[in-house]
Amino acid sequence: MSESTVLNDAAKVKMTARDVKVFYGTNQAIHGIDMDIMENEVIAFIGPSGCGKSTFLRCLNRMNDTIDICRVTGQIALDGQDIYHPSLDVVQLRAQVGMVFQKPNPFPKSIYDNIAYGPKLHGLASKKSDLDDVVESSLRRAGLWEEVKDRLNQPGTGLSGGQQQRLCIARTIAVSPEVILMDEPCSALDPIATSIIEELIAELKQNFTIVIVTHNMQQAARVSDRTAFFHLGNLIELGVTNDVFTNPTQKRTEDYITGRYG
Amino acid sequence: MNNFSLILMLLVLMAVAYQFGMVRSRSLAGGNNSAIMHSRPHHYGMMVGLWAVLPPLFIMLLWNWFSPGVIQSMVLASIPAEHLPDGEQAAIIMRRISNLAANFGIVAEAAEWELNAANYLQALRQQSALMLTALMFIVASVGLLLSFRKIQPSLRARHQVEKVMMGLLLLCSTVAILTTIGIVLSMVGETLKFFTFIKPSDFFFGTTWNPRFSTAGVADGSLTGSQGSFGLLPLLSGTMLVAFIAMLVAIPLGLMVAIYMAEYAPSKVRNTVKPVIEVLAGIPTIVYGFFALVTVGPFLTDLGAMLGLTIRATSALTAGVVMGIMLIPFISSLSDDILTQVPKALRDGSLGLGATKSETIRKVVLPAALPGIVGAVLLAVSRAIGETMIVVLAAGNSPSLTANPFEAVSTVTVTIVNQLTGDNDFASPQSLVAFALGLTLFVITLLLNVVALVIVRKYREQYE
Repeated sequence: MSESTVLNDAAKVKMTARDVKVFYGTNQAIHGIDMDIMENEVIAFIGPSGCGKSTFLRCLNRMNDTIDICRVTGQIALDGQDIYHPSLDVVQLRAQVGMVFQKPNPFPKSIYDNIAYGPKLHGLASKKSDLDDVVESSLRRAGLWEEVKDRLNQPGTGLSGGQQQRLCIARTIAVSPEVILMDEPCSALDPIATSIIEELIAELKQNFTIVIVTHNMQQAARVSDRTAFFHLGNLIELGVTNDVFTNPTQKRTEDYITGRYG
Repeated sequence: MNNFSLILMLLVLMAVAYQFGMVRSRSLAGGNNSAIMHSRPHHYGMMVGLWAVLPPLFIMLLWNWFSPGVIQSMVLASIPAEHLPDGEQAAIIMRRISNLAANFGIVAEAAEWELNAANYLQALRQQSALMLTALMFIVASVGLLLSFRKIQPSLRARHQVEKVMMGLLLLCSTVAILTTIGIVLSMVGETLKFFTFIKPSDFFFGTTWNPRFSTAGVADGSLTGSQGSFGLLPLLSGTMLVAFIAMLVAIPLGLMVAIYMAEYAPSKVRNTVKPVIEVLAGIPTIVYGFFALVTVGPFLTDLGAMLGLTIRATSALTAGVVMGIMLIPFISSLSDDILTQVPKALRDGSLGLGATKSETIRKVVLPAALPGIVGAVLLAVSRAIGETMIVVLAAGNSPSLTANPFEAVSTVTVTIVNQLTGDNDFASPQSLVAFALGLTLFVITLLLNVVALVIVRKYREQYE
């Protein structure tokens, strides 16, 4: 990959990764990745299982810190600031770079409290009415408000799988992040719920930078501006989605996209 | 032959029959290549073994159940009419005759007719044992032969064997349940007897515990008015007070241990410390009792003197604190299991929103684990209520209705011990009250356990 793969020269770089390597114990999962992520783009990571795409995603908000044996080297910056710098507050980072997980994981609390959780932690709303506003606007932006506005006090775990995932997205939006990381957000959902989430991603693009890991190549083609193909811990190809899928430059990318392996 | 050697022989027979069946099924399968046996050889072996052993075993059980009665009536019939006992005397005479037959525990010189009867009894018993052995031998042979001849490729030996196995497992599992029911029934009987002396309302709502000695009781039926008072409330309040103090100690400490172990401890520390804490749960409670009496009690008294409080060395506080220490491993171990069951996805979700580790634990992990922790606490409470030795040694054994933790109290369990030890007439209310107390305790802990189990189960369903 090269600098020419950048989508739009005028776009501002949001996150940069330089020579990122990840080790689980003695086992190296990622072998030096360089990447620029642009502001307000949707970038999709594709690749076969175990290729390191989720691991790399989790480096972007230091979720790998929660795994004891995981070690990250190299440099990752958000708006030019090194996020692995010792003086950086990881709590602040995760408020800026939110994450939506593979399996919907609402807290065993009410729908309202699920959304209000983040804003309360970060002191984003001092008054009850402010908090109500944050909850409503987050749910509206996640396209869930109409479905749950009459039952905000019911447990979030009682919603359907697709609703739960949108609740988790709303929960992430509520802390006003700049980047949203999505780790296979639709893999546990049925096709209808998936298409709703995909529409949502297209809308969220206006305000957020979105990094999405997916196993579903059609999904990557539908939702993303650029696509990165990972294989065996290496970034093989990164380009404008349409180019990657119709005219890949690398043999391995073509083999994967045409279903020859993976 | 006695029953023990009969059972030994049956076991040997079973091993032999097992081999027979296995060899036979193998030779059937081997001799005719086109025959496909329905079951594995050991199923056929087991089937033959079971057929050879189970029917004679059943006969032996029945025989041992009925033969003593038959023999006894035959012996009684042989006794000359002038000595023939009537009513309850029969049992006494039979005991004497059977003692004579066994040459054991004879009090006076035996009369001629008694010796005759004893000899007759002895002869009958020998005959009975011989007949049983013969009968079992015949039944075992028939069972072995028939089942051996039935071995064919189409015989479903596996189904038979597995049915018997299921029956065996069912039998084992009913033992525990039947024992519980037996305990309750035995206590209910004695409790009802107790309530013929004391009105239930006086027992359950009485505020004075002063049973006096059984010698001052109702031996001649004229002293019913002065048999003391059996009020449950002072004991119950003592029990609750001690248990409450124990929980005040055990819940915070146990929970913090659990949180450290589940969330913060590196796996090395966790793997060493967790077993060590669980060993604490194995210390005999009487040892905790010494600890309370010798160390904690005087320490609390000194501490109280420093603060200007009068704390007795043996008090509800002493017993409660030590009991709380005893329960720490109980609560920490159960809560630790529950906390580690909370899915990692929930923690990740919270951390991903920018929560710190302690915020995640306080606001997500603990609420998610709360039902399970409540269950663990309720189980601990029921143990605290049933705990005896610590309280015997450290609570001061003073059945008074008080809410002051610095004073001596007594509990239900301690009182049961007091009422049942020493020279007591088991028909007096002073002894019988122990059963009423025991049943009350049983019902309370049973209810607590049921509630706890329901809560824990509900929690499990949430994540599995």
